[in-house]
Amino acid sequence: MVTTSTPLKAESKNLNFYYSNGHQALKSVNMPIYENKITALIGPSGCGKSTFLRCFNRMHDLYPGNKYEGQIVMHPDNTNILAAGVDPIEVRMRISMVFQKPNPFPKTIFENVAYGLRVRDEKNKRVVADKVEEALKGASLWNEVKDRLDDLAFNLSGGQQQRLCIARALATDPEIMLFDEPTSALDPIATANIEELMDELRGKLTILVVTHNMQQAARISDYTAYMYLGEMMEYGDTDTIFTRPVRKETEDYITGKFG
Amino acid sequence: MNTATNMLNHLTDLTISPRLAKNLRRNIKERIIEFILMLAALSAVFTTFSIVAILLYESFGFFKTVSLVEFFTGTEWTPLFEDAHYGIMPLISGTLTTSLVALALAVPVGTIAAIYLSEFASHKTREITKPILELLVGVPTIAFGYFALLFVTPLLQKIYPDLPGFNMLSAGLVMGVMIVPYIASVAEDAMRAVPMSMREGSYAMGATRFQTALRVVTPAATSGIVAAYILAVSRAVGETMVVAVAAGQQPTLTFNPIDGAATITAYIVQVAMGDLPHGSIGYQSIFAAGLVLFAMTLCFNLIGHVVRKKYREQY
Amino acid sequence: MAQQDSQGTSPPAHASTLGNLTAVREMIQRHKRSDIVFASIGLLALMLGLLTLLTLFIDLVMDGYPRFNLQFFSDYPSRRAGSAGLLSAWVGSVLVMSITFLTAVPVGVGAAVYLEEYAPKNWFSDLIEINVSNLAGVPSIIYGLLALGLFVYGLGLGQSIVTAGLTLGLLILPIVIVSTREAIRGIPVAIREAAYAVGATKWQVVSDHVVKYSQGGILTGVIIGMSRAIGETAPIITIGALTFIAFLPPSPITEVAPYLNFEWLSSGFTVLPIQMFNWLSRPDHAFHTNAAATGAIIIVVTLLMNGTAIYLRYQIRKNIKW
Repeated sequence: MVTTSTPLKAESKNLNFYYSNGHQALKSVNMPIYENKITALIGPSGCGKSTFLRCFNRMHDLYPGNKYEGQIVMHPDNTNILAAGVDPIEVRMRISMVFQKPNPFPKTIFENVAYGLRVRDEKNKRVVADKVEEALKGASLWNEVKDRLDDLAFNLSGGQQQRLCIARALATDPEIMLFDEPTSALDPIATANIEELMDELRGKLTILVVTHNMQQAARISDYTAYMYLGEMMEYGDTDTIFTRPVRKETEDYITGKFG
Repeated sequence: MNTATNMLNHLTDLTISPRLAKNLRRNIKERIIEFILMLAALSAVFTTFSIVAILLYESFGFFKTVSLVEFFTGTEWTPLFEDAHYGIMPLISGTLTTSLVALALAVPVGTIAAIYLSEFASHKTREITKPILELLVGVPTIAFGYFALLFVTPLLQKIYPDLPGFNMLSAGLVMGVMIVPYIASVAEDAMRAVPMSMREGSYAMGATRFQTALRVVTPAATSGIVAAYILAVSRAVGETMVVAVAAGQQPTLTFNPIDGAATITAYIVQVAMGDLPHGSIGYQSIFAAGLVLFAMTLCFNLIGHVVRKKYREQY
Repeated sequence: MAQQDSQGTSPPAHASTLGNLTAVREMIQRHKRSDIVFASIGLLALMLGLLTLLTLFIDLVMDGYPRFNLQFFSDYPSRRAGSAGLLSAWVGSVLVMSITFLTAVPVGVGAAVYLEEYAPKNWFSDLIEINVSNLAGVPSIIYGLLALGLFVYGLGLGQSIVTAGLTLGLLILPIVIVSTREAIRGIPVAIREAAYAVGATKWQVVSDHVVKYSQGGILTGVIIGMSRAIGETAPIITIGALTFIAFLPPSPITEVAPYLNFEWLSSGFTVLPIQMFNWLSRPDHAFHTNAAATGAIIIVVTLLMNGTAIYLRYQIRKNIKW
């Protein structure tokens, strides 16, 4: 249940987003993100859920011409991470991301996980090794790769690669982790592994996950938001959304009448 | 529309209708055109075949006089002298030295330019600079030869007064500048082939452009970048006018870029400038030298294309 | 996946970035400075070529300045540097280029059309493709050796205009083939189908539509190829054409019937880059002035041609209709 005692980690306020071609992909989106909870974003393709997710670590800044309006406020420091004066790199150091398709770097397993630390100029070998081990354990990959940390990451299976990408994102102790349809490119067994892993991260990490799979949202998330055509249609705790949605559109989507 | 059917009609029914006759004529015309076009395409095969045949044929005459052992191990190349020696090593050392000087300049500059073009430059900058690079490739090499001999060498002599008027250093440096656009464009091609998702993965970790370029994109594009270097070597080895004008024409077994020395190409030019009787050993010697040059560039080109193909398959 | 070791993980030390925000910001600023430093070096690296080209051109113009007058174009080469001119060289270039154009364009376009429209995808077309891409990487001086062995002595064409024209024609063949193929590939299948649908034969489709609509792209490749041929020196030297030519080839047009004369094809000749090399390799510095002036002229011609080609390609890309 949404209780006032759960602290807020971030909050989107009247967020509008425009792509460089002028298309408005988000329309005045308001949504809270609670600390150490999993929030799922669902909705039909093109509804803006991935666009919304990618606002959180300013991925849209990589492409010229994209424009944000409104705010995403991080707590406890009350920083609007979309503000012009805030460096996107600083935002990305606080909020990490796991992508739709596993995108390991052309490096060894160890160096993939250590990447964030290298980027942060961590020179202490001991610290790096410990962090890598911790992150790999956190991503339930340690037992499978501990004897071949110097192998190329490309040699791992798809599911392992995705867990490697999760370990890469975990290694820098992010405040929020974004998952952009993390299992859409994986087989059912690998999907189950990732879901289990996310379940283990619950309570330790604030997670925002985009999924096209409603069962997945129902299984793993604490809160669910249903988006449609760039608008936030309904937001609530997952049980309520899936059992007693307020809006007809949400119910239609969830029951498969639409979407 | 089918020739075979029409031919059959023609045979079985000798009093064919005017319409079928028209079809037949049309089909024959189509076949003739296709055949002519095929001949045009075969001209490429014919050219390669002729190159190999001519080089081998004339070299064969050369190697009747000169043993392969002397050719590859001899340290003196003086086919036009009374006391003739036929060791190709001095020409190869000249070729390699000028090429290495060129690469020493072109590899770092070309790679940096490629990284800049692919990872830093805005769309607009790229639109402006790429045609400029192309223009540079189009400048005739004889003009660069003039530049090396009468601009770069005097300039270097101001810094290092003992530098001879003909030297491999300035020829190599100018050749390097000529090769930069080539490395830049092939390497940039390879970097742009690295999927955006990989860059996003790096940026999402808080990396800057430079970190992403250096730690993710460049390693991911390694095979393409290496291919650019290998293809560039082939260019440098086969380049003629700059070295013929500025590096000197005296075959000397040296790897010191300060010295003047002849390359394989410069030797061919030197001999062709003179009036050598057809069929003489001197005449044949340029084909033997050319065969070595052809084999070298062919090797580099083949390796380069194989390596390049590898990255195209990778992504 | 419920592995025991995951229990050993301590909860992530939250706000590690937030806790050191000042230090993190300093680090980011430091990293961004390397971005700027690298971007500047990168721009310099890119500009190196352009700066060299500018220096080279200015150097040539300054050295060759005294010879920029009409006299230079109407004088024959001479033993006296001051009165030596380019007449035989530019006439030779024009004549050689006409042969190059007449051979490379039909053969190159024909080959490209065959490879794109006719060739079955098998070992045979692979063989041709490998040859084309290999030829593009063969050093130009090797073409000179080919010409020396095949045209000059093998076919007995001598050190003539037709030999030079054919040699350069072979040299630019890969350029014409590759650019024509690219242009043809840009024509959508729908256009071909539309033509076939009204009963056109293959050749009608190819000549009335495919080649016609790719004209711009083909022209771009032809111009780039021709500009390469104009500046080529090594293969022409190799066929033995570095001689003192103080005469013009017989005129192709005569006053009496049949008004055409083909004797010029077998005439001796010189071309602009050869004349430049000739003057450049003389020890007498007075001739270097002539070489510089010739170099400036060659650069202007090739840059104009390449610039036209690049502009043309840009226009084609911009106005693409499908």
